[in-house]
This record gives sequence, structure tokens and C-alpha cells, in this order.
Amino acid sequence: MKRLQRRSLATFWTVLFFFYVPILVLVVNSFNASKFGGAWKGFTFKWYEKLFADHAIWQAMENTFAIALGATLASVVLGTLAALAISRWKGKIQSLHYGLLYTHLVLPDILMGISLLLFFISVGLDLSLFTVFLAHTTFCVSYVAMAVLGRLENFDGSLLEAASDLGATPWQTFWKVQFPLLLPGIAAGGLLAFTLSIDDFVITFFVNGAGSETLPVKIYGMIKRSRDLPKINALSTLMMCVTVLAVVASRMMQGLGTRQQQRDARAAASAASPASRQEGQGGRVRR
Amino acid sequence: MADFLQFQGVTKRFGPLTAVNHVTFGVQKGEFFSLLGPSGCGKTTLLRMLAGFDRPDEGKILLDGKDITGLPPDKRQVNTVFQNYALFPHLSIRDNIAFGLRLRRLPRAEIDERVDEMLGLVQLRGHASKKPTQLSGGQKQRVAIARALVLKPQVLLLDEPLAALDLKLRQHMQIELDEIHDRVGITFVYVTHDQGEAMGLADRIAVMRNGVVEQIDPPARIYESPRTSFVAAFIGDTNFFEGTVSRIVDHDYCDVDVEDLGTVRCWNDKHIRAGAKVYLSVRPEKLHLTHERPVDLHDGKVNVFPVTVYQKVYQGAWTRFWVRHGENADDCWELSVLQVHSRYLLDTTPISWDDKVWLSWHADDGYMLENYDERDETLLNHPTEPAVPDAPAATVAENAASAAQEVLDGSGR
Repeated sequence: MKRLQRRSLATFWTVLFFFYVPILVLVVNSFNASKFGGAWKGFTFKWYEKLFADHAIWQAMENTFAIALGATLASVVLGTLAALAISRWKGKIQSLHYGLLYTHLVLPDILMGISLLLFFISVGLDLSLFTVFLAHTTFCVSYVAMAVLGRLENFDGSLLEAASDLGATPWQTFWKVQFPLLLPGIAAGGLLAFTLSIDDFVITFFVNGAGSETLPVKIYGMIKRSRDLPKINALSTLMMCVTVLAVVASRMMQGLGTRQQQRDARAAASAASPASRQEGQGGRVRR
Repeated sequence: MADFLQFQGVTKRFGPLTAVNHVTFGVQKGEFFSLLGPSGCGKTTLLRMLAGFDRPDEGKILLDGKDITGLPPDKRQVNTVFQNYALFPHLSIRDNIAFGLRLRRLPRAEIDERVDEMLGLVQLRGHASKKPTQLSGGQKQRVAIARALVLKPQVLLLDEPLAALDLKLRQHMQIELDEIHDRVGITFVYVTHDQGEAMGLADRIAVMRNGVVEQIDPPARIYESPRTSFVAAFIGDTNFFEGTVSRIVDHDYCDVDVEDLGTVRCWNDKHIRAGAKVYLSVRPEKLHLTHERPVDLHDGKVNVFPVTVYQKVYQGAWTRFWVRHGENADDCWELSVLQVHSRYLLDTTPISWDDKVWLSWHADDGYMLENYDERDETLLNHPTEPAVPDAPAATVAENAASAAQEVLDGSGR
């Protein structure tokens, strides 16, 4: 028993080690005065200072966030509409639609990157921020659609009928009933899209043009020059913080609905017994 | 005066299935009208067409003289109470009830006033700020009713509103629904498969089967004068006789020759002529069993036949007997009889298994059906014969008990 416990504990530490030590090394080195990172030569904010002074990096950062925001907004709208269409009309066309969306989730990035590049060239679109935006929207739509579809699966259709029964036009029904109830799914999908867009390298690498580099692509270029390495550490640390925050927020939002339901169900259960007693009394009094 | 709500030749098909088949009837203003039938009879489809969720393939629906057949749900002054409540989970009880009023852009003060009035009507004053998930089933049901009623619809539709509640609460809500209907005076159309609810609540019942309305009448007429074998067998329990009219007696009565039984005198309200083939329905509680042959004090209007008791189930308020007329068990009349014991202990020798007794009923209690379908006999509560003579008696008793329980649920109200 004890040996088993010790062994599982060892596994646990090994997994943690391989998962997080590389990240830890990166974070520590971003504060390391040594240029090459091998040994600890004292704490410094120097690399962060250099990072903030590097104009090209800030340009890339700006590009990254502009693309991420744009792609998120576009894919939230398109992805939600796609999910609504798939869940409402269960025909051959919609199952094909679902298949196409799903393919994006499993398609290798490199394939998507190459095919998008070939497509942009063939239609005569110059590589720019716009092509990066299009490419990111393309793969983000699938993630948003899947997140919203998950929410729609448990959606009670009679709520929509109830809304229209009470006088809501289809438009009002969507905004007053369906949208608020789908919002956690939409938000979770949007945050997922945002994080995916921010750290996408492979696809962006193919479709970005002059001046439209995003951070991951920029970092890749910087790795070749060793004097930039500590700056990359500092940058990566910052990016990691943003990504982790976004993911945590996404998880919280996704869980919000279900946890609220659980809490309410518990409250209802505890309220149920006195409530039914009350109802029974009402009957006796009237008689 | 034309009916407030009219269905005119309404038909609805789902693929090869005809869910509602040329249904025509009217509902009066302020009426509590019930659509009753087994699942799949088309009652819910009819309701959904009235609400506007489905469109009829043929026919028209008129409300207050206006054709509403093609109107979308939000353009009809008709509101629905859904079976699963369909309360908006993201809104509070107050916001749920105010939902329709806010869409109509009424002044805030008026909305608050009307919502408060409804909260009072359904006795949920203290729960206005709660979310639907914090309420019990009965409370949710009352919110659903308030949410629909607050819009003062011309017709309130209720789709099996009590089906999801437990028995006690169902009985309580039934009384409450009745009171609400009395207070608001709105036309109610109530869909149910529970004959007890329909009989207890409705002013008139439309009994449906296979997309067709079989009979529309007040509950008592549905029970006492069923037009078809389905209505007779679906509501309560009954006995069927098949025979030929042999003689007309006094204009109002006739003699019916029933094979292997004899001549049965019957009330002939439909003035059927001699020679016609007819089917009779006689309710179990209208039949009487006695040790002595009853004296006919009604100049020939009492039918009397010797029978043998082959099954008996004591049910407290009454005893249910199954009796046989005829010697051969495979080819005889098997009838179900309900005896209420008003003076059980004072009764002479109680009737028991294998007793040879007299079965009698008054000619007025036999009712001639207009339409008969052999398959409806399966709806009757007859104990299944044990296949092997010494099969466990419990099985028979259980069947009979459950059969009796159904009657208790249905006609005992």
C-alpha cells in the first residue's frame, strides 16, 4: 500500500517536472542577468527594459492583438450562426456543414497554412494583416461553433416556443431568450478563439506578409540571433501570463452556467420539503 | 351564436401519418374545454396548431370570427402553459411573468401592477425575485400559468399541465386550476390523457382517437351516453353486447336479441328500427347481482339473467365481480359488475366465488352505441384467465386489482 502510494507520488512529480520545469527555466532566465542563461548571474529587469524598448516587437504585439480581436469577433458571429444552423435544420446539408467545421479541428496546421497561402495567391490577394485575419477567422470559426453547439445540445426548444407564444418575434426570441442562454458557450468559444489566434505560428507563418508579422512569427525570427534570446524569455513570460489568464477566464465562464444550475438545484431541493408542506396546507384550509 | 373558437376541417399530416384528420368543432367563450385521448391521438397536434407552432395542411381555425390559421404564434391572442413549464431559466419569476408585457411595451407601472396581481392569483407573492430552478414543480407550474394569464389571452392553452407533478400535488393543482378558471373567466383548452382530470375539470370534453374527434359532450354525457365503443371503453369501464333489434316496444324501448344470452330490453333513444344490428354498452355499476330472482316492478323494463361468479375482488367501498352466463367457459358472456356496499354487514349472505346468482339491470341503463370497433374490447377490464388451471391466483387478483384501481381513478371521482 505504502509502496504504491510512493510510486504514484513519484509519477506525479515526474509529470510535473517535465510539464513545468521548462516553463520555469524560461521564466527564471527572463530575470537572469546572464546573456546565455546557463548560470544564474543575478536578478535583473534589464531584458524587460530592452523588450519594451524594441519597437519591432511592439509592432508585432499590436498586430497580434489586432488580429486576435478581429478574428475573435468575426468567428464568434460566424461560429454562432453556424452552430444555430446546424442545430436547427437536421438535414444532409447541415451534417455536411458540421463535417466541414469539424475537419478544421483535426486538419494539420501546416496543411491549412499551405492551402490558405495557395488560395490567397491564386485569387491575387496580397499577403498582409488582412490575409492573416482571414486565416485566423477560418480556423477559429470551428472552435466557436463547437463550443456553442455543446451549449445548444442541452437547449430546451420549448423555451423558444414559449417566447414566441408570449408575443416575441423571432428576432426578439433570439435576443431575449436564446442569446442570453447561449452566452456562456459563445463567450467560452470566443476566449478559446482569442488564445488560439494569439499563439498561432504555423498558419500565420505562411500567410503573413511584410509588416504583418505576429508575435510568434517575430519570436521565431529573433531566435536566430542570440542577443535577442533573453528578450524572448521576457516576452514569452508575459505572453504566458496573458494566455493563462484568458484560459482561466474561459473555464470560469463555461463552468458558471452549470455551477449556477447546481447551486439552484440544491436550493430548490432544500426548499422543496417546506414548499410542498405549504401546498398541502393550502388545500386543507380551503376545505 | 357562432362559437368563439372554431376548428373547420383541420387536417395535419406528418409524412405518411395523419395526426389530425378533418377535425371540426367549436368551443364557446369562457368554456373549460378538454381534449382527451390516448397518446398519439392528435390532441397535442391540435393544440399546437391552435397556438401557431404547427400549421394545418387543410382547414381553418377561427378565433372570435377571425381566421388565425396562418398567423405566427406571436400574432395570436392565445397563450400556452407547457407541459415542462418552459420557464426562462435566466430570468427571475417576476421577469418571467412580465416577459410578454414588456414585449408589448406597456408602461412600467402597469406591468408591475399586473404582475403583482398574477403573483397573488397563483399565491407566489414571496417568490418574485427567485429563479425558476429554485422553485418546486407545483410552484413552477403556477408561474407558467401566471405568465400566460397575465397577457389576458382570448384562449389559454394547457398542454398536460399536471402530468409532471406527483399525485397529491396534481389533485391540489386541479382544484386550483378550477378556481383560477372561475376567477379569470378566460376560455381554457386543456389537453390531457388523464380521464380523471378531464372529467373533473372540463365543461365539455372532446374524446379523440387516431386524429378524429369521437365525441364532444359534457363529462356526464360522455360517461352515460358514449357514442362509440371507444369512448365507452376508454372512459371508465363497461360491458358490450352485440345483438339484433327484434321488436319495438312503446316507441321508446326495444327488444334486442343477443346471441347466447337472450332478449335484452333497451332504451331506444335513437329510434332504431327492427332488424338492425346494434351494440349495447352497460356500465358495471349499473348491473346488480342478487341471490333471489329480482321482482320486476318496472313492467318488463328489467333484464334478468342467471350467471355464475368466477372472480371477485373486494375494494373497500365496493366489490368488483366478474360473472359468466353460459355453461361453456370458452364460449359464454363474461361481464364485469360493480357492487357498492352501502350496508355491507346487513347484506344477506355475501355473494362469493362460483355462486349462481341473478344479474339484472334496468332497460334505461343500457346504451346503444352508434359505432363499434372490436379492438376496443381490449380496453375493457377483464381478468385474464389463467392459462394453466392451477396458475398462481395472485396473478389474477393483481390484474383485477389494477383494473379496479383504474376504474377508481377514472369513474370514481
